[in-house]
Amino acid sequence: MTYEDVLTRYAPVIGLETHVELGTVSKMFCGCSTAFGAEPNTQVCPVCLGLPGSLPVANEKAIESTIRIGLALNCTIAEWCRFARKNYFYPDMPKNYQISQYDEPLCVNGYLDVEVNGESYRVGIERVHLEEDTGKNTHVGRSGRIHGADYSLVDYNRAGIPLVEIVTKPVTGTGALAPEVARTYVTELRDILRTLDVSDVRMEQGSLRCDVNTSLHPLGTTEWGTRTETKNVNSLRSVERAVRSEMLRQAEILDGGGKITQETRHFIETTGDTRSGRSKEEATDYRYFPEPDLVPLAPDPAWVVQLRATLPELPAVRRARTRETLGISAEDMRQMANAGVVDLVGATVEAGAPVGEARNWWLGYLAQKANERETDAADLRITPAQVARIVSLVGDGTLSVALGRQVVDAVLDTGADVDAVVAERGLQVVSDTDVLAKAADEAIAANPDVAEKVRGGKVNAVGPLIGAVRKATGGQADAATVRAILLEKLGSQ
Amino acid sequence: MAWLVDSPIVPNDSPRNISRAEVAHLARLARLAVTDEELDVFAGQLDVILGAVARVGEVAAPDIPPTSHAVPMTNVLRPDELWPCLPREAVLAAAPDVEDGKFRVPRILSEEA
Amino acid sequence: MSTDLTRSTATELAGLIAGGEVSAVEVAQAHLDRISEVDDRLHAFLVVDADGALRAAKAVDARRAAGEALGPLAGVPLAMKDIVVTEGLPTTAGSKILEGWVPPYDATISRRIKDAGIVMLGKTNLDEFAMGSSTENSAFGPTHNPWDLARVPGGSGGGSAAAIAGYEAPLAIGTDTGGSIRQPAAVTGTVGAKPTYGGVSRYGLIALASSLDQAGPCARTVLDAALLHEVIAGHDPCDSTSIAAPVPPVVAAARDGARGDLTGLRVGVVRELGGAGYQSGVLAAFQDAVETLRKLGADVVEVSCPHFDYALAAYYLILPSECSSNLARYDAVRYGLRVGDDGVRPLEEVMSLTREAGFGPEVKRRVMIGTYALSAGYYDAYYGQAQKVRTLISRDFAAAFEQADVLVSPATPFVAFGIGERVADPMAMYVNDLCTLPASLAGTPAISVPCGLSDGLPVGLQIMAPALGDDRCYRVAAGYESAVERIVPPAEVLA
Repeated sequence: MTYEDVLTRYAPVIGLETHVELGTVSKMFCGCSTAFGAEPNTQVCPVCLGLPGSLPVANEKAIESTIRIGLALNCTIAEWCRFARKNYFYPDMPKNYQISQYDEPLCVNGYLDVEVNGESYRVGIERVHLEEDTGKNTHVGRSGRIHGADYSLVDYNRAGIPLVEIVTKPVTGTGALAPEVARTYVTELRDILRTLDVSDVRMEQGSLRCDVNTSLHPLGTTEWGTRTETKNVNSLRSVERAVRSEMLRQAEILDGGGKITQETRHFIETTGDTRSGRSKEEATDYRYFPEPDLVPLAPDPAWVVQLRATLPELPAVRRARTRETLGISAEDMRQMANAGVVDLVGATVEAGAPVGEARNWWLGYLAQKANERETDAADLRITPAQVARIVSLVGDGTLSVALGRQVVDAVLDTGADVDAVVAERGLQVVSDTDVLAKAADEAIAANPDVAEKVRGGKVNAVGPLIGAVRKATGGQADAATVRAILLEKLGSQ
Repeated sequence: MAWLVDSPIVPNDSPRNISRAEVAHLARLARLAVTDEELDVFAGQLDVILGAVARVGEVAAPDIPPTSHAVPMTNVLRPDELWPCLPREAVLAAAPDVEDGKFRVPRILSEEA
Repeated sequence: MSTDLTRSTATELAGLIAGGEVSAVEVAQAHLDRISEVDDRLHAFLVVDADGALRAAKAVDARRAAGEALGPLAGVPLAMKDIVVTEGLPTTAGSKILEGWVPPYDATISRRIKDAGIVMLGKTNLDEFAMGSSTENSAFGPTHNPWDLARVPGGSGGGSAAAIAGYEAPLAIGTDTGGSIRQPAAVTGTVGAKPTYGGVSRYGLIALASSLDQAGPCARTVLDAALLHEVIAGHDPCDSTSIAAPVPPVVAAARDGARGDLTGLRVGVVRELGGAGYQSGVLAAFQDAVETLRKLGADVVEVSCPHFDYALAAYYLILPSECSSNLARYDAVRYGLRVGDDGVRPLEEVMSLTREAGFGPEVKRRVMIGTYALSAGYYDAYYGQAQKVRTLISRDFAAAFEQADVLVSPATPFVAFGIGERVADPMAMYVNDLCTLPASLAGTPAISVPCGLSDGLPVGLQIMAPALGDDRCYRVAAGYESAVERIVPPAEVLA
């Protein structure tokens, strides 16, 4: 069955639950660091380790960040709400309950408009709530996975990092574009979170994680089908693939007269498929109740007004402004939007690069690199300021375009400063004419046949000589300059 | 049940009829590997206790707000600042099993709850 | 000499130490000697930290010698209920599941006690995770009542109360969730106060029911209790439910009350806390106490708190619900017991085997009741309704406190019962807390002070005040104490 076949018979309904680790300095309920990558179990204290007697105290910055996220997503901010305990046993949870929010989330009922192929889709936001992250299990054994593992190891550094959960309302009416709408929603959400500066939103480090709900119902019917929840969707590309693969899988079952099981599934990055997750031995009963160790939250309305007033310019507005100020054509804008580089181009221009150059780099070489690395342009390890610097070096002749690309490669690999890369690797265009003249003489002497042809007026035959000179100068000579020197020496100018 | 004669607390007449199966379910949720014998004992005791405490339903009208915190307070927050963490030796000192600076546990069956 | 020191009050000892008449080390040693002498019969202590106590006492003596100012209880020994976390000293909560756990941190009150120069003698016995009214639920064996070794010292803080009554320590820390300070105080003839909820930090207090737990002082006199109260009370930023308000002036109130003049004080006798189900000797002693208050100048009125009759039902839903969640962390992963790890069994099974082996029957019972009460489908009928009863009880208190400055009742319906008498019947055990539960549910302060004997066993008078009115409890208790003869256990019991 092809994807197109699915759409001749079924309509999809999707929903997304996104978890965002906030970029606070300290954890949600204690003063331990949230820094990524520390030695295991070195960023823990009695509170986040759940030691007997310890008590949580909520992080004010995390509350503020959550409210700002809610405001950016057009939500209503609760005047009064509480944390609740979600009770279940799992070894990555130090207390075997998670402090979360249940029927009283901090933010409710918002929306986010996303644009796919020029069409705008409104994704409703059900709720935005705050909870604590869990620790991390490593499964040790033959498979390295949970199944067939001999034992597991637990690190609680991540336990207690503030985690915001953003839940959409069911999204209908997307038809074939469901996977793209899902991806664009997460992309847009990520841009908003980045703009708010509340999280580093790095999907590969798990600071932004997605669960995707998918269901199908026969075209022409109104009752939605049974949905599945796909977890472990850890890149923007995977969001799209997960929806698509789940639509295909469900359609095949429905076509065969089967029923969809409501279950959690796991996305497999390597194959793009999903597999059944959680064992279904027992229905989960989280026994939520108001967290008695914390007091209710009642955000001061004046504070909320102030937070709303100080929200930064959001990506959609910024993009519209970028388009206007840069004078980008509608077609270019669409291309840039599809490649996810509008803001990057805008920022590169802001950092001093001409619009055309910025566009060409981001849609050209950098888009190609992002594609090769199966990541998004925005996740490349290069900043718009660095790109602008490279553009400027190429513009003033310090670098050739080819050298500029080498610098890009080096920055992507090492994250080093552009000028440092140029200096360290000696990646400057060789413009010393004495050096070039000497290399030209050597090239002519080594290739008498070619030289003769050129002298005879076949100017286009000079190519091999140019190549030889550039080779001799480590590729750092500007081809046009070398050509001019060679032709002059061979009297063909 | 002689104590009931002179006690003001009299269990509701309507028995809960907590079955062995229900006790077994609760024990599973609470991660208690109860014995067969305990199933019987607890089923009887839970029946009596839940029958007695069901009295709360007699007086709690819909218009009465619940009290989750006896002393009303709101917005108790801490500034986003670091405090010292525990040294790792202290973190792991009480653990039943440790490997590579992590807590070692037997293999986990379910993916997550 | 040592006998005299153990018979002294904390106030007297602090005075002797401050005046240089006796050293803190001598005082500590006298109490350690008394513990060695009688604790094999009382079993009030789970751990005695002789080295730590003498070290702390030495430090106080050194500070005094250096001319430093000492706190009002510096050098006075104290027994700590083993549910309060103490850095470097084993803390078990009376449970096998925590046996051998040495905490890497101090509870806020442990820190405050140490900073005050109070000398911690050791950790006292309790019902497992403070679940019980007799200390028989301790995984490490029951504590005996110094008035009659065949009887219970109450619970859950029976160890702390017995240590005080048995002259092993002049001060102790208790924790009170539904009466675990007041009820043992009543049946051992000692003083015990439950502060206003949020008055004393819960940070480092191993949680039973978070919305009810409160640590408080145990002593042989009201003034001693007040002095300890002021050491441990006050705002703590590590406890979100800690009240950011000045500590009620309980020491001044105790001193004021001791002058024996309660003229103009309105005392409300709670109609619902008495009558059927109460031992006649207890009721008689209580009536005498009310008469004494009247003689001290108080105006006595009867008040009605109709919803107090539902306190027991609400309590035995709220407590199990919260404790079922609080005790989930004992799972054989990070600390404590692990049972059944044979390299083959999965974690889920090891967890269940560990909890089955590590928890006693009362803990399992309450965990299962709480699990039931919080379950989807039952939440509204049980936990939700119980929370509404809390509201009704608070309203009853509010109405009563319009008619009276303090409310009084017996602290327990019966005197100390025999060890083993009620263990088989959980509900028979639960009714021990009838009188103490309302103040727990409403978060209001209450104190139990000895008020005579019934059949030769102590009876407690409970005095309740509105939230943050702890000083009223102490004033009235001290006034009453000044008017009656102090009761002491028969010397022959621990002879």
